Amino acid sequence: MLEVKGLRKVYEGSGRRVEALRDLTFRLDAGELVCVVGPSGCGKTTLLKCVAGLLAPTEGSVTLDGVPVTGPRPGLAVVFQEYGRSLFPWMRVTENVELPLRQRKMPRDARRARVSEALDAVGLGDVGRAYPWELSGGMQQRVAIARALAYEPDVLLMDEPFAAVDAQTRADLEDLVRGLWRRRGMTVLFVTHDIDEAVYLGERVLVLSPSPTVVREEVVVELPAERDQLTTRADVRFTGLRSRVLGLIRDGGGAADQVSKAGRSGSGSDS
Amino acid sequence: MIPGALGLLVCAALWEAVPRLGLVSSAYLPPFTTTLDALGGELTDPAFWSALGDTLTGWALGLALATAGGVLAGLVIATVPYLRELTSSTVEFLRPIPSVALIPLAILLFGTELRSVLLLVVYAAFWQVLVQVLYGVQDVDPVAEDTARAFGLGPWARIRHVVWPTALPYVMTGVRLAAAVALILAVTVELVIGAPGLGHRINVAQTSQAVPDMYALILVAGCLGVLINTGARLVERRALSWHRSVRTEAPA
Repeated sequence: MLEVKGLRKVYEGSGRRVEALRDLTFRLDAGELVCVVGPSGCGKTTLLKCVAGLLAPTEGSVTLDGVPVTGPRPGLAVVFQEYGRSLFPWMRVTENVELPLRQRKMPRDARRARVSEALDAVGLGDVGRAYPWELSGGMQQRVAIARALAYEPDVLLMDEPFAAVDAQTRADLEDLVRGLWRRRGMTVLFVTHDIDEAVYLGERVLVLSPSPTVVREEVVVELPAERDQLTTRADVRFTGLRSRVLGLIRDGGGAADQVSKAGRSGSGSDS
Repeated sequence: MIPGALGLLVCAALWEAVPRLGLVSSAYLPPFTTTLDALGGELTDPAFWSALGDTLTGWALGLALATAGGVLAGLVIATVPYLRELTSSTVEFLRPIPSVALIPLAILLFGTELRSVLLLVVYAAFWQVLVQVLYGVQDVDPVAEDTARAFGLGPWARIRHVVWPTALPYVMTGVRLAAAVALILAVTVELVIGAPGLGHRINVAQTSQAVPDMYALILVAGCLGVLINTGARLVERRALSWHRSVRTEAPA
């Protein structure tokens, strides 16, 4: 489905060379939800932009359904972290969600139907006439998710989408994303710096190393498909996985000796 | 509002008192009420209305041309790579030339026709708009740009839905400044080269010793300036209701 092979990205400018990504290889099967987690500054956003076709890789390739990604693709939607800047303040909520569909020359009635369906799906059926800046942060991010849903992508890319909302809203949005993913069967690549979030959401977690970045390990999340903020997070398997991922991020080491440390310094979104 | 009106009243009272008390000869500064009488006379004179029409025509046409040219040139220069660097030194050289310095050129080219007024009005107003458009396009948020690209908006759609709305507040400021400059230039050119309009009429009143009429016409020109500025601000508020400088609801 989505395949990333030997991806390398070097930024060059004003005499400085920054190697953001060294060598990333991984693949996503159709309908998978995979989280990418890594220390801050390890090039997660760069990775996502390369996958989205917004940045050209220095080396390596990204292929979607066997076709190399060389620019933005119709089957691929992105939800950015900065919802306030990603939604256009001069457009009402419905216009924001509708804009990509207008570009596809979709007939007006079909457009309207899909926009209201997408807004209903994120629980915002009644704010279509509002401007994004009249809504709370969590609601704005829901609008951005609705915009991506209305686009009906095969692959949904999410770049730390909940980093800027409060803990309670964040938990709600996590459940929303998992619910939408299960109902719609999209492939989701979810980038986050939050280990708990990665384990809670993903079927697999790709752990990245610090810069120069490589995939340190793929952790399969063996948790039931039905997840719950209270019981799942209290599950021994959850805490074990979380400690293992934290250990990998900390010093690339094993998990067993990290458990005690991990218990004290989780990544902060426990609920 | 009330302190503003009070200020105007005080000014009018001073204007009335100074010549009446003999502080300034009323041959140079007729009292306010005398000026108002002259203004009443002007308002009943068809020649006044045609002069006002001429001035407004020069102003509006010049402003429209300058705005269209400034917006178009600004968008092209700012969105085509390297064009900005290529033009920046030329813009910085041409922009500071005071428009009135081009009056002799206008006379050479067009004499005292409307085209002379237009040339200078357009020249002065164009830069105001152009510079603002250049700033405005630079202000496009990279996240908004990435969003638009990711969702399949092509270059034209991005100019229309992202670049233009981002630049619009700047464009509005540019047009408001240009509107004021255009009026100044229109009246100046009429006054100096005798193209038909309020400026010319002021000059005629002055040379024929009709001092109260001269002041009445100056008052009219001032009121025009106030009206134009108020109108521009109204348009700005309506067009930018979504913008953070205008919108009332604070984000939750």
